[in-house]
Amino acid sequence: MTTIEGSSQLPSGTPTPSVKTIRRAPVARRIVALFRSNEEHAWRWGARVASIIPLAALVFAITVLALKAWPAIKVNGIGFLTGTEWKTGSSYGAIVHTDGVAHPLGVQYGLWPMIVGTLQTSFIAVVIALPISVGAAFALTERMPGWISRPLGFAIELLAGVPSVLIGLWGVLTLGPLLATHVYPHIAAVMPDVPVLRYFRGPTGHGLGLLTAGIVLALMIVPIIASTTRDLFLGVPPLPKEGASALGMTEAEVARRVTLPWVRSGIIGATVLGLGRALGETIAVFLITGSILHIAPNVYSPMSTIAALILGQLDATGTDGTGFAVATLAEAGLVLAVISVAVNLAARVIVNRTGRLMAPVGA
Amino acid sequence: MAVTNVAYPRTRGRRIREVLFRAATVVALVLVIGPAVWIVVEIVNRAVPHWRWSVITTPLHQTSGGLSGPIVGSLLLMVGVLVVAGSIGVMAGIHLGEMVRPRRSGKTGGSLLRTASEVLSGFPSIVLGYVGYVALVVGLHWGFSFLPAVLILSMMVIPYIAKSTETAIRQVPTTYREGAEALGMSMGYGLRKVVLKSAAPGIVTGLLLALAIAGGETAPLIYTAGFASNVPTSLIHAQFPYLTYPVFTFFQLPNKQANYLAYDAALILLVIVLLLLVASRVIVARTQRHAEGRR
Repeated sequence: MTTIEGSSQLPSGTPTPSVKTIRRAPVARRIVALFRSNEEHAWRWGARVASIIPLAALVFAITVLALKAWPAIKVNGIGFLTGTEWKTGSSYGAIVHTDGVAHPLGVQYGLWPMIVGTLQTSFIAVVIALPISVGAAFALTERMPGWISRPLGFAIELLAGVPSVLIGLWGVLTLGPLLATHVYPHIAAVMPDVPVLRYFRGPTGHGLGLLTAGIVLALMIVPIIASTTRDLFLGVPPLPKEGASALGMTEAEVARRVTLPWVRSGIIGATVLGLGRALGETIAVFLITGSILHIAPNVYSPMSTIAALILGQLDATGTDGTGFAVATLAEAGLVLAVISVAVNLAARVIVNRTGRLMAPVGA
Repeated sequence: MAVTNVAYPRTRGRRIREVLFRAATVVALVLVIGPAVWIVVEIVNRAVPHWRWSVITTPLHQTSGGLSGPIVGSLLLMVGVLVVAGSIGVMAGIHLGEMVRPRRSGKTGGSLLRTASEVLSGFPSIVLGYVGYVALVVGLHWGFSFLPAVLILSMMVIPYIAKSTETAIRQVPTTYREGAEALGMSMGYGLRKVVLKSAAPGIVTGLLLALAIAGGETAPLIYTAGFASNVPTSLIHAQFPYLTYPVFTFFQLPNKQANYLAYDAALILLVIVLLLLVASRVIVARTQRHAEGRR
């Protein structure tokens, strides 16, 4: 700074060639100084802007989907949710206009089989994953020394980190054929012809279908439920358990009457979180369900889910010159997003409520 | 914490139930751990007999050759996500953990931003991929390419990074901040030198996990990156390779060469993800030991 002031005091006739070079260093230093003195502002504003981005991204995603889906919503109507046929129409036929929206002749889009498929696979996954996860969490927390349970806990985290395409690969090449040859025929043979269990009868196929997809999905959500449940169990204070045990309860009774009730809503929250993951899972489900767009007649038959449908229809969006297929898939995406966001929010509400409830009780 | 001194049940029914309970928990544990091990063993088994190291360096031609393009592509995607989602996610986490003032009711503030972040993390990845396809690939005429892929993957993992950063920052003891202030540090300087330094292991762990998620993702990439054999030089208008695509498509082709490439890609992907997970684990374990030692 002083050099610049000095240079301005030079006689007016003197050439000042060095001003630029002199100024350069102070400017850089001035910027650093500016940052130093305003570091708090830099952090605050950077953080403020960054924290708005998730909200902006969410609004952006929903807006894009809704705008894109609007023509499809107008034409497909309520039949989109209840219809059972998925016809992309003739790509060579005449272009028809309905309500001012151009679409190929003979389009009929019904998402119902995929909605049912999404709910079926996720339901099977949760039914399988919940007891296994809770049991494993019990084994990890109550019955094991740390040097065993810590590596096993890491194995669970590892399962959470395995890319879903690898689990899909394993499901198609290994698990599916194995179940189809050694397990499913035996189940199908012994199941009686009564409601619900009826769906376990009939041809068992090649192992690609509803039940295999549900089992694989269960594997993918087990880490979510199991690791949360383990943390919850570790958070249960020892005094109530010791008290119950002093009253003569066995470990199973302590588990059922003290530990589980203590963390019940936390487990429900984790389960719903896993359900949300199962609803949106795409690649593994796409590979394993067989992607047939109908409601599965029995639990072994191929079917599809909304997520797998969106993935599988990429080519169809290219062949539809009117862009109506793109709009319809956006509508399907909107339906899936609404379902899974609702499920996720429900889970957060449950988890948050337990967080508040648990704190004073344990003290 | 286990209750060791358990009363021996007197009636046979309770004894049987106790044994059944213990057996059930062990079976459940095996059912959880077993498949994890099984998947890893299966992938190694399929890849190793035909493994050749040249896969890593040879470029891909249609469905034969090597995987150098997809490997570099996947790593570049992860770097892109680290830059975009890392900076935004960490800054958002700092905001939620350090900047927002508590509400008058005593609850932590910023609940709208936090809820938005949570809703975004619950958004199905395929739907986000479709948004990228509609808005960026088609809408902005970017075509299947690197930039939309990175932006959409970043949208997916920003909530994770923000959440882990917020958690890490909240775990820094208040006394540290008070100490920094007592030493005359400005808020920004103290944040950088004290709070972020203490929270760094947690933040890095979150970043590594986010990278593992981004690196293993397939569905949104198919809708945003497309696929090419080799890494293009352009950020947009050029389809981009990544490792999950060969796994997804090549294993079903009636062509042994392609199948082997799929298994190789699966193994490489698994190794990358495992390295990231183990690295995050090591960081957590080290800092824990450090913290215990200081106490």
